[in-house]
Amino acid sequence: MEIKTDRLYSESHEWVLFENDTTATVGLSDFAQSELGDLVFVNLPQVGDTVTAGETFADVESVKAVSDVYSPVTGKVVAVNATLLDAPQTINEEPYEAWLVKVEGITGKVALMDADAYRALTEK
Amino acid sequence: MNETGEPLKTPLYERHVAHGGRIVPFAGYLLPVQYEAGVIREHNAVRENVGLFDVSHMGEVSFEGPDALTALQRLLCNDLASLADGRVRYSPMLNAQGGVIDDVLVYRFSPDKYLMVVNAANRYKDVKHILAESAGDVRIADVSDSYGQLALQGPRAEALLSTLVPAERLPGRYYSFLPDVEVGGVRCLLSRTGYTGEDGFELYAPAGQTPQLFDALLAAGEPFGLQLCGLGCRDTLRLEAAMPLYSHEMDDGVTPLETALGRYVKLDRPGFIGREALLSAGAPKRARVGLRMKGRGIARAHYPVYAGETLVGHTTSGTHCPTVGPVAMALVEAAHQTVGETLAVEIRGARVEAEIVPLPFYTRRA
Repeated sequence: MEIKTDRLYSESHEWVLFENDTTATVGLSDFAQSELGDLVFVNLPQVGDTVTAGETFADVESVKAVSDVYSPVTGKVVAVNATLLDAPQTINEEPYEAWLVKVEGITGKVALMDADAYRALTEK
Repeated sequence: MNETGEPLKTPLYERHVAHGGRIVPFAGYLLPVQYEAGVIREHNAVRENVGLFDVSHMGEVSFEGPDALTALQRLLCNDLASLADGRVRYSPMLNAQGGVIDDVLVYRFSPDKYLMVVNAANRYKDVKHILAESAGDVRIADVSDSYGQLALQGPRAEALLSTLVPAERLPGRYYSFLPDVEVGGVRCLLSRTGYTGEDGFELYAPAGQTPQLFDALLAAGEPFGLQLCGLGCRDTLRLEAAMPLYSHEMDDGVTPLETALGRYVKLDRPGFIGREALLSAGAPKRARVGLRMKGRGIARAHYPVYAGETLVGHTTSGTHCPTVGPVAMALVEAAHQTVGETLAVEIRGARVEAEIVPLPFYTRRA
């Protein structure tokens, strides 16, 4: 299980990579994609939407099930990774490259863990 | 599940764990939903090559005695009178209202010896019904716990099995079987049947020797690239082939005529349970249809289906299938079963268009 040290993680297995205090990209961890299995569908918010820390902002579907994705931050969506709509399996293949959204104007966030703390969570 | 609700392990549980299976409870058993390869690769292996499934959770009920056939002919709506020794027949088993209690396979060993294979989740319900509705000189026994079962499925299943079994000991025709074939040192019932839409075999072995059989098939399968397969791809494979799954396409409140199983109902044959109800109900009010998603979205089981603004039914199974893409089956009002008609599936609040297409979604090349 790969856990990148350049970013932070939420308890619900999203990663957050901060560019500065108020701008970040968000994706799903390697652990999350592995647990979900082969992904076949992704629903993303639209540019301009507001996301709220701890609330659902996207969903991903494997062959077996639908899973909600929770936003680790509160802010405004300024970019979405539309390539995932046609190639959701990219999240399985390269979870740390396959970002979902970029958020600016961040005013809040859920409790986030560094790589060591997140590894401990996934090994529980 | 045992009668106290504890999940059971099949004889291969330790093998699944050792091979990296992701274990989930299913129909009262702990079984792998997938191995490390994942659902898509496991699915494709069965379509293109060969895969191995543990289906030991399936239940088996034996019928022996001079009145065995009489009992089965009362319990089942298909006709077993024409079933020959060494042949297998599929049939729904109905309640008095014509609803489906279960769908089963029947193996005929001799005119007075049969084996009925039932769904794991229905085992206790089935046995209770069978015992209550059977009379005469027939011994009926739930022998589920004495059997393990493996399914070897895919276009290269026969070639693989030929390395372990002489050609004349392989059942040649689909839905035929040989009752006593040695495979890897284990004496099996070897049946040319399956639940994937591909050629393949199902092997019934004594529960205690099922791990030995599994190991022998795995070793023989190595040069073939045999893939271990979990429940996840078993579901996508059967869905593409439009094979019904109990509690999805049918249940106690759905008749076989409503769910596209009419060819297994011999209404001209008197004496089976449910016949009067089916006859008096007249033309079925619902139909099972295939849907192909036109808009973006994946229909899952039990989503509402609309024609215009009218609710006309619900999906029974659906996902994004590896071979055929996003499809679903649905039970809808009989007026809405024309191939080409556009319906809409409500997917978590949003209506997504879907076109009625012929079933099955997938047919193997002959």
